[in-house]
Amino acid sequence: MSINEKIPNVATKPDEAPMTKQAAALAVEAKREDIAVEEGKTVGLPYSDNPKFKLRNVEVFYGEERAIKNISLDIARNEVISFIGPSGCGKSTFLRCLNRMNDSIDICQVKGQLLLDDVDIYHSKRDVVELRARIGMVFQKPNPFPKSIYDNVAYGPRIHGLANRKSDLDEIVENSLRKAGLWNEVKDRLDATATGMSGGQQQRLCIARAIAVSPEVILMDEPCSALDPIATAKVEELIAEMSESYTIVIVTHSMQQAARVSHRTAYFHLGHLVEVNETDKVFTSPEHELTESYITGRFG
Amino acid sequence: MTDQRSQADIVRRSLKKRYRKEKRFRAYGVLAVSIALGALVILFADIIGKGWTGFIKTTITLEVMLDGDSMYLDDPTDADQRAMADFSAPIIAALQKQLPEVLEAGELRQLNRLVGSYGSNDIRDLLRAQPELLNTSQTLTFLASDAVSVYVKHSDNPSYSIRLSEQQQHWVDQLLAKGVIETKFNNVFFTSGDSREPSNAGILGALVGSLLTLIVTLAIAFPVGVAAAIYLEEFAPQNKFTDFIEVNINNLAAVPSIIFGLLGLAVIINTFGMPRSVPVVGGLVLALMTLPTIIISSRAAIKSVPPSIREAAEGIGASKMQVVLHHVLPLAMPGMLTGSIIGMAQALGETAPLLLIGMVAFIVDVPDGFFSAATVLPVQIYLWASSAEQGFIELASAGIMILLTFLISMNALAIWLRKRLERRW
Repeated sequence: MSINEKIPNVATKPDEAPMTKQAAALAVEAKREDIAVEEGKTVGLPYSDNPKFKLRNVEVFYGEERAIKNISLDIARNEVISFIGPSGCGKSTFLRCLNRMNDSIDICQVKGQLLLDDVDIYHSKRDVVELRARIGMVFQKPNPFPKSIYDNVAYGPRIHGLANRKSDLDEIVENSLRKAGLWNEVKDRLDATATGMSGGQQQRLCIARAIAVSPEVILMDEPCSALDPIATAKVEELIAEMSESYTIVIVTHSMQQAARVSHRTAYFHLGHLVEVNETDKVFTSPEHELTESYITGRFG
Repeated sequence: MTDQRSQADIVRRSLKKRYRKEKRFRAYGVLAVSIALGALVILFADIIGKGWTGFIKTTITLEVMLDGDSMYLDDPTDADQRAMADFSAPIIAALQKQLPEVLEAGELRQLNRLVGSYGSNDIRDLLRAQPELLNTSQTLTFLASDAVSVYVKHSDNPSYSIRLSEQQQHWVDQLLAKGVIETKFNNVFFTSGDSREPSNAGILGALVGSLLTLIVTLAIAFPVGVAAAIYLEEFAPQNKFTDFIEVNINNLAAVPSIIFGLLGLAVIINTFGMPRSVPVVGGLVLALMTLPTIIISSRAAIKSVPPSIREAAEGIGASKMQVVLHHVLPLAMPGMLTGSIIGMAQALGETAPLLLIGMVAFIVDVPDGFFSAATVLPVQIYLWASSAEQGFIELASAGIMILLTFLISMNALAIWLRKRLERRW
């Protein structure tokens, strides 16, 4: 792919049927053809003085296909950064590079420099288990283990040997559930199976499970996409509280959510990192044309 | 407007056609199910109708005078004397007492045919165990001979031929009226091994043989199959070689079972020098035959574990092994167990490979270990079905009932286990 390549059409959603809208969409398509993304060039503030993650010239290949194209970005300590962008723009792929979740996909190849506290994440001798103990992850669909609520939270500390005594483990479980704002709802039924909880509770349980191993970073891959507005509000509240002690990277489809919870926002487009800036700035005065047309809802 | 109306008409007309089609299709389905059920009912009715008499035995209860003189025996502890003695004499004497009109020597010999050929052995064994009973009078119950048994149970069934003379039939009728000949629940069938005499033949030997063989099969096929499935599904690299293995496992599942028998004969018995007819060899052969079934069903069970669970565990920092042991295996276990039990049920009903490794021998003793000669249920049924004596017909059917009961209880166990272990996610 050449540097000044034209952006291919983004497929319009099938439910956007009415004629007039289609015409409008076509007009936007035509306009977007003209907007070019310069590879490896990100407008705004991609770098930080106090980086937790230092990511330079990151490229991800799925076989022959280049899913992430030369992205450089710093993620600061204790900041909440959100990744936004249209479907298939590579934001989830990029997120999953940070704790090497792509390792299990055979054809996936990651190139470039990815440093966590100045140590290479993809070094051949780097232990993935240790890395993932430091970087927790919350997934799109709540995925509690089909075990009791207690066992769900206690699983991480158990396999990492964080608690030697039952009382220590109890304490970790209670603290994690408290931090996830779930303690009062479940303290009387810790032995109940986790799959019987509501979707929002399950997702907060997954967050509790992630923070039970006291990670430094929490990666969230569209954590609220399967939740109703009330559960979403609770999770967002939780993110705000957690930002004091953790670095949080959140991928979201909801621009409002990005605006509500994050300090900085990164806009991805077809594998490029187009713009990174203070969240206010991205949503009020985006520097790049593509960012502007995305946040004003003209495509995506 | 008119356009819309005509469209609605078209739809309405086609609707009728569609419903007709649906009805017809449903009728085909009902027909298919009825045919299958009908076949099943006929099969069961036939087997049960033929076999239920297998659970009934015909006995002759006699007041026997264990007279030393008539048996030419004065010391039952002496093996030489026992070998020479005539233990059938007291039985004939006792029968004669019941039927006083029998006097001629030829008739007496005919009288002796009423009691099964093992009747005299019963007296010998009794006297060997309790020598003090010599010259006393005892009430003993003997199994009737095959001919008497057939006459008593099947005199009105044209498919059986009665092998008793007019006179013998007359005697049997008399003895039946007196209550000397009775029919009882056939406990012998459940407590003894095979025999030349249908009245003395039992299923226990084959049942124990089947059980021992299946234990060996399960002990080998389940761990190996599950381990292979886990490795192929979770750890093996995706390349031509693993593809090749996968294709071959599927092929192995389709290999005729008799080939496995040949393999057992050539490799396990001839090359490794294991004994013939023993449950260990049978179990090994059946394990080879069951392995593909277990591997394929276990892989399917592992595949059906949702990837989200795997991701959740990996995201917390569980190692590959921990993900498999803590999450994938427990969730896949019900499927694996079901597959294995179905494989076991297949192995239970298998005959062909066992014929080749000598488990088709006539074995009287109930096997007492993995290395003692044994036969298995389906082979026993085959042996009985091909025997000449009429009494074996009902035994074969009774054996089929036992085999089916065994199979049904194994399948029920599979269903119960699955219900028990299945967890929702």
